[in-house]
Amino acid sequence: MPNPMHQFEIKRLIELDLFGIDVSFTNSSLFMLLAMAAISALTIFGMRGRALVPTRLQSVAEISYEFVASMVRDNIGVAGLKYFPFVFTLFMFVLFLNMLGMVPYSFTVTSHIIVTFAMAVFIFIGVTVIGFAKHGLGFLKFFVPSGVPVFLLPLLVVIEVISYLTRPISLSVRLFANMMAGHTMLKVFGAFVVGMGALFGWMPLAFMVAFTGLEILVAFLQAYVFAILTCIYLNDAIHMHH
Amino acid sequence: MPQLEFHDWAPQLIWLAISFVTLYLIMARVAIPRIGTVIEERRDRIATDLDQAEQLKKDTEEAIAAYEQALAEARAKAHAIAQETRDKLSAEVEAERTEVEAKIADKTAEAEARIQASKSAALAHVNEVAADTAEAIVKELVGGRVTKAELKAAVSAATN
Repeated sequence: MPNPMHQFEIKRLIELDLFGIDVSFTNSSLFMLLAMAAISALTIFGMRGRALVPTRLQSVAEISYEFVASMVRDNIGVAGLKYFPFVFTLFMFVLFLNMLGMVPYSFTVTSHIIVTFAMAVFIFIGVTVIGFAKHGLGFLKFFVPSGVPVFLLPLLVVIEVISYLTRPISLSVRLFANMMAGHTMLKVFGAFVVGMGALFGWMPLAFMVAFTGLEILVAFLQAYVFAILTCIYLNDAIHMHH
Repeated sequence: MPQLEFHDWAPQLIWLAISFVTLYLIMARVAIPRIGTVIEERRDRIATDLDQAEQLKKDTEEAIAAYEQALAEARAKAHAIAQETRDKLSAEVEAERTEVEAKIADKTAEAEARIQASKSAALAHVNEVAADTAEAIVKELVGGRVTKAELKAAVSAATN
């Protein structure tokens, strides 16, 4: 049986070394650039007509824009429009990396914890900086829930701080684990199709067809969750409500 | 687990930074303003079109109101003209009728006068005829011994 984790291996396509740091161009780098190119193509090439009545491609670009714009507006409000380009880039990047991963023989960049964790930590630090920049030390009040008995406060503040600090972990692990689990599962069932032969192989194959549909849904959903949680964290930092 | 191969982390982080920052710049500088403009333009265009449609609708309603007003005025005027004509005609007819009636009354009066004259003439002659007849009869019966004056007096006494 083939190793289901084999698909996650990083392969160095071009060995590169910069001041002693390994910056090799890998299969992961390739798919990041592919996602970047695809998103740019959709949003720039797709919009080239600037038509009043949009073409199909232009429609997709506009729907993506409106989708993220309404997400930002609903979760953060007018103050969030400053961060719209970031949330849009983040959503499209994660969505395209997830979707490109669904192509057979491709590589899923978001199935690597280091990638999702780096993005989550960046968001976490950014949100914390925005919080302190907006409210100064008053941002610490975010960790003090209102309307609770005083003797419970020390415990609750500790819990609030821990839950705040675990945000980057939950945010990154959710995306990484979903991607890795789905692709591992597909690979395992793919091996079953071969292993069970012509007589019974159709059973795991039928499962795989349905599961692929589910995985495409998960690929979209996880990108959405990643973006909407970013919006919620930004809203916490800007407006400080729970 | 390939995810935990630490020597693979550096290239992934570097390329993540490169691709994400590049994509962010492309989106923020080029793509998002462009899509935003197109959507904005469409929204403006739709709003303008709706305003225009509203204006045209108002114009149409005004035109209809003006038309109806004009129609009502024309109808009233036509009515007035018809009434006037009718009044004039009936006045003329009335005048003619009274004239004709007066003429007929005159003629009737004249005719009656004539009839009256004829009647009295006839009555006057009756006395004469009666007198003549009486004379003839008396002459036949008694043989001419009554004068004409006596006879006349007798006839007058008898007829009156």
